[in-house]
Amino acid sequence: MTDRQDIRQDIRQDIRQDIRLGADIGGTFTDVALELRGTLFSAKVLTDYAAPEQAILDGIEIVTREAGIAPAALGMIIHGTTLATNALIERRGARTAFVTTEGFRDVVEMRSESRFEQYDLNLVLPAPLVPREDRFPVGGRIGAQGEELQPLDEAALEAIARTIAAGDFGSVAIGFIHAYANPAHERRAREILRRHLDLPISLSSEVSPQMREFERFNTVCANAYVQPRMADYLSRLQVRLRETGVACPVFLIHSGGGLVSVETAIEFPIRLVESGPAGGAIFAADIARRFDLDRVVSYDMGGTTAKICLIEDFRPHTARSFEVARTYRFSKGSGMPISIPVIEMIEIGAGGGSLAWVDAMGRIQAGPESAGSEPGPACYQRGGERPAITDADLLLGKLDPDDFAGGKIRLSLGKATGAVAREVGDRLGLAPQAAAFGICEVVDENMANAARVHAVENGKDIADNTMIAFGGAAPLHAARLCEKLGIERCLVPTGAGVGSAIGFLKAPFSYEAVASQVMALSRFEPAALNTLLRDLKSTAESFVRAGTDGEIRREVTAFMRYAGQGWEIPVPLPDRDFVPEDRALIEEAFRTRYAAFFGRAVEGSAIELVTFSVKAEDQRPAGAGHTLRSDGETVTAPASARVFDPASGAALDSAVIARDSLAPGVRVAGPALIVERETTTVVTSLFDAVIQSDRTILLLRKGAAA
Amino acid sequence: MSQIDTIRLQVMWNRLVSVVEEQAMTLLRTAFSTSVREAGDLSAGVFDPEGRMLAQAVTGTPGHVNTMAEAVPNFIAEIPRERMYPGDTYVTNDPWKGTGHLHDITMVSPSFRGGELIGFFACTAHVVDVGGRGFGADGKSVYEEGLQIPIMKFAERGEVNRDLLAIVRANVREPSQVIGDFYSLASCNDVGHRRLMEMLDEAGLDGLDSLAAFILSRTRAAILERIATLPKGSWSNTLLTDGYDEPVRLAAEVTIGEDSGGEGSVNVDFSGCSPVSRCGINVPLTYTKAYACYAIKCVVAPDIPNNAASLAAFTISSPANIVNAERPAPVALRHVIGHMIPDLVLGALAKALPGQILAEGAAALWNIHISVRPAPGAPGPGARHAEVLMFNSGGMGARPGLDGLSATAFPSGVHTMPIEATEHTGPIVIWRKELRPDSGGAGRQRGGLGQTIEIAPAEGHEFDFSAMFDRIGTPARGRDGGADGAPGSVALDDGTRLRPKGWQHVPAGRRLILQLPGGGGFGDPAERTPEARAADRARGYVTETET
Repeated sequence: MTDRQDIRQDIRQDIRQDIRLGADIGGTFTDVALELRGTLFSAKVLTDYAAPEQAILDGIEIVTREAGIAPAALGMIIHGTTLATNALIERRGARTAFVTTEGFRDVVEMRSESRFEQYDLNLVLPAPLVPREDRFPVGGRIGAQGEELQPLDEAALEAIARTIAAGDFGSVAIGFIHAYANPAHERRAREILRRHLDLPISLSSEVSPQMREFERFNTVCANAYVQPRMADYLSRLQVRLRETGVACPVFLIHSGGGLVSVETAIEFPIRLVESGPAGGAIFAADIARRFDLDRVVSYDMGGTTAKICLIEDFRPHTARSFEVARTYRFSKGSGMPISIPVIEMIEIGAGGGSLAWVDAMGRIQAGPESAGSEPGPACYQRGGERPAITDADLLLGKLDPDDFAGGKIRLSLGKATGAVAREVGDRLGLAPQAAAFGICEVVDENMANAARVHAVENGKDIADNTMIAFGGAAPLHAARLCEKLGIERCLVPTGAGVGSAIGFLKAPFSYEAVASQVMALSRFEPAALNTLLRDLKSTAESFVRAGTDGEIRREVTAFMRYAGQGWEIPVPLPDRDFVPEDRALIEEAFRTRYAAFFGRAVEGSAIELVTFSVKAEDQRPAGAGHTLRSDGETVTAPASARVFDPASGAALDSAVIARDSLAPGVRVAGPALIVERETTTVVTSLFDAVIQSDRTILLLRKGAAA
Repeated sequence: MSQIDTIRLQVMWNRLVSVVEEQAMTLLRTAFSTSVREAGDLSAGVFDPEGRMLAQAVTGTPGHVNTMAEAVPNFIAEIPRERMYPGDTYVTNDPWKGTGHLHDITMVSPSFRGGELIGFFACTAHVVDVGGRGFGADGKSVYEEGLQIPIMKFAERGEVNRDLLAIVRANVREPSQVIGDFYSLASCNDVGHRRLMEMLDEAGLDGLDSLAAFILSRTRAAILERIATLPKGSWSNTLLTDGYDEPVRLAAEVTIGEDSGGEGSVNVDFSGCSPVSRCGINVPLTYTKAYACYAIKCVVAPDIPNNAASLAAFTISSPANIVNAERPAPVALRHVIGHMIPDLVLGALAKALPGQILAEGAAALWNIHISVRPAPGAPGPGARHAEVLMFNSGGMGARPGLDGLSATAFPSGVHTMPIEATEHTGPIVIWRKELRPDSGGAGRQRGGLGQTIEIAPAEGHEFDFSAMFDRIGTPARGRDGGADGAPGSVALDDGTRLRPKGWQHVPAGRRLILQLPGGGGFGDPAERTPEARAADRARGYVTETET
């Protein structure tokens, strides 16, 4: 432990936080963003799968040159990557040995014993990351209260260690039943295996100390599975950065939206999964803070998916688990569960490249199948024959065929019309433009439904929020989405195309430590709770201290339920030691939260605390604040396009205005298009646009106040 | 109708599905019942004023969804329109008018808009207890199986029926959980209603008429088109299951024909099934129909939504027998025989569509209800009583192109629970829950493996358990030359054989060992590829000695 602390001390002294650089490796592009004294420099480079660090180095070269600084001047690099996610999706990880409790060899294979699609008799379930022959059961059993029911079979472990040593394994995971309650067997097993093996070893009690064996075991297997690859990559990245003269430390964005050191990332690479999308949510949270908006829904729509996240009091909602690598039309249950703290986002198969089709009932459907970037939508003229959302947007007049992506891609209206007519219009007897409207309505409705259900799951009303839209396709659909959701205000920030990388620059150092321990409130034991929380606090803080000397803020949350329920709700607790009298306070806090979620508390039922979390994060200085303004001098522009307006159900004459020609404080009346290099903001007939002091566009429903 | 109007109706159909998803989500998040919260055993849907189901949540299991679709007209028949008011909620657990046994509570709430009745929301969930003998096959009539709630008002104009709650509270073993679930059901219908009103407000509509007509006509056209592609004729099948104390014969004849309107229809007739059993494994016809329709729909129209129009394409007929048990037959475990109906019907369809239908599987869930108590003599400090419910699944039959799914529920849609959560609910230790090698029937495609479960009372405890198991005397049969799956067994670790059904005892210090059945194989085992055989051996799905 002291070694690690020394390393952290060293790192801390190196940090010069004044010049931060964000780097986001995505599926198609690697985005790099640099902020220098309030000015932003950004670059988009194609991702290089064979050597992902190369794109970062190229991007750094571009932005430092533009900013006129040497790489050595960088104070901190903040990095997020989909590499861990991709390794899981594409099954390109290390051969992993999984050592588990005897009698439970197949937990990761039997899953929930259910089919995620009720009517498909040819369903294929996702294969476990570790096949059965690589799973090694060993005797020894911990009980539900953490007591030892049967000692660990150490002799058997020695034999397993020899078997693993003889195989071509690259990593080891250990997952025992009830290890979240008592990790002694897992730790002892690691000791024994280490004597024989020179391999990284992951423990379920460290990676994900939460109750529910399938989720925990799968998480520890996934951690072990991606670890060698991520360790190689991160080490290589550091060496290459040093070679190019970068002297500053590198931190990684984790799925919970905070920063961790490279050392932590190498130990727990599973925490890097979904770090790119997390950057987008932080980006939106930062904008929410600047405009002082306490209830926000972020909406990020790119080429293949749309992501929606609730942001309350400037902080994105978080969850304790999520599902990665869904294999079946984004269906819940078709992926693998990962139990780690994560920014909670719903992702639906709706992006610019999502393909439209007609089902057996003559209904238009959109996604989740995507045309991707190759061949892309039909209008790209790269061989795509099927209509994508972008084709429908083009038909409706939302895009200028001669000025898409800054003129880099010429769009063919003819190809788009042909594809829409062939696959949708002709089958339903609809004119191409009506069919295109149908496609957009369906995809917008799918996103609206997902957002509504997500809000309900969190006990919120979606209409109370301000939307923040970013990603290439979001500004095309945001106003209509707001119409459907009853949302009156939507912000379209500048730099929306590289939102995640910019978000990284705003990320706090943070770490959330989670542990399960079932406690009945009727037998409330403050001493036990205090011990548990103290452990979590010190774990969380030690990770954060690796990056900061500043003030650390902690959030303590208990996940509670009525005994007998299976779903816990998060209940914020005060950050202090508890005394026996606090029982009433905790009960009241729970009942209040329950009523907020579900309408009313239940009378007379016993209450349980199940899982506890402590999140520690440093305090980032807030950027310059802005006041949302709704007034402005209306500018008029000639109506130069016919854009189909969903609420009117007809094409209307619409103004087309370049975004960079609009000064802060002006108002553009809908219907209109505000165009820029990366995207177009559609202002529907029900909305106006007001340019804010930082050139953010506010879409404001006519008649509503900011 | 203009083109734009058609598109708006389609979008509203999607929205209506989202409304019932929100309804189901509310139930899932608030229910106390283990089977709802952990296993997703629930259903939720929206109906037109005539009681025709327009949309259902995809969350849910066929036994609930399709029975609930039939239940709403029963409520409409029972409660006169002039006694329906805004804020009402109606309830029943009548097995014949609801969803097949007393443990299922069905609630129906009318939706009013501007004083007009525009539709209904309905939902169903399995509650932990309804009094009587508890959840098991031992009742000799429905009167022994618990409290019966005829169709009545749970709430009138928002005012809850306190007399009903008092009666429920006095008759069930876990009153606060059961009553909590009554509230959950009612509030999930409330959520559905509120969301529907928002949807209609936005669309500027007075009711569901135009949308209902659109949904039902589109669905009807799609399902008839599918049925038209099927071969015409009649095919029959029989199947033997364990029964309670003697084997039960099930028989079905599937007829695919053209009805008088020249359109396709599918009927399943259940003549030839065993008579009504004296134990609680009988099935009310509504539940039989639910699973028969489910099986046919899986084959014929898996992508067509479940609603009144798609369900109307399928009819069933049966004399009084074990799958058409009339009141007051005991029906608590109607799922055990009910879960066999798909294998029975699919077997007949396999003759109509040779080479296209999967083999038989474990079918019935291996649910176990455990009642734990301190062992006599030495009650330690941690000794306690508890009721524990587990859902477990054997292997699914092999598919024509794919091996069967191991330890996976079919036809039921429920999930299992984490054993770590189960061990928190009561003083038991689950020593084993893993795949059972060599239990999948051999074939070109192998049947899914069953599983082995070992459960012991925690130290100082003993337990009774209600067995609800099948495929012990009668294995899942292979198809087209595939071998049968391994049958199941129930025993103690000292070798004592136990019965597949009924309440039995496990003393302190002993373990209960359940071997769950495997699925049948598909096609000649000799045609299995060498690669598949090698993988079976490497993974231990098939052991060396077996081959």
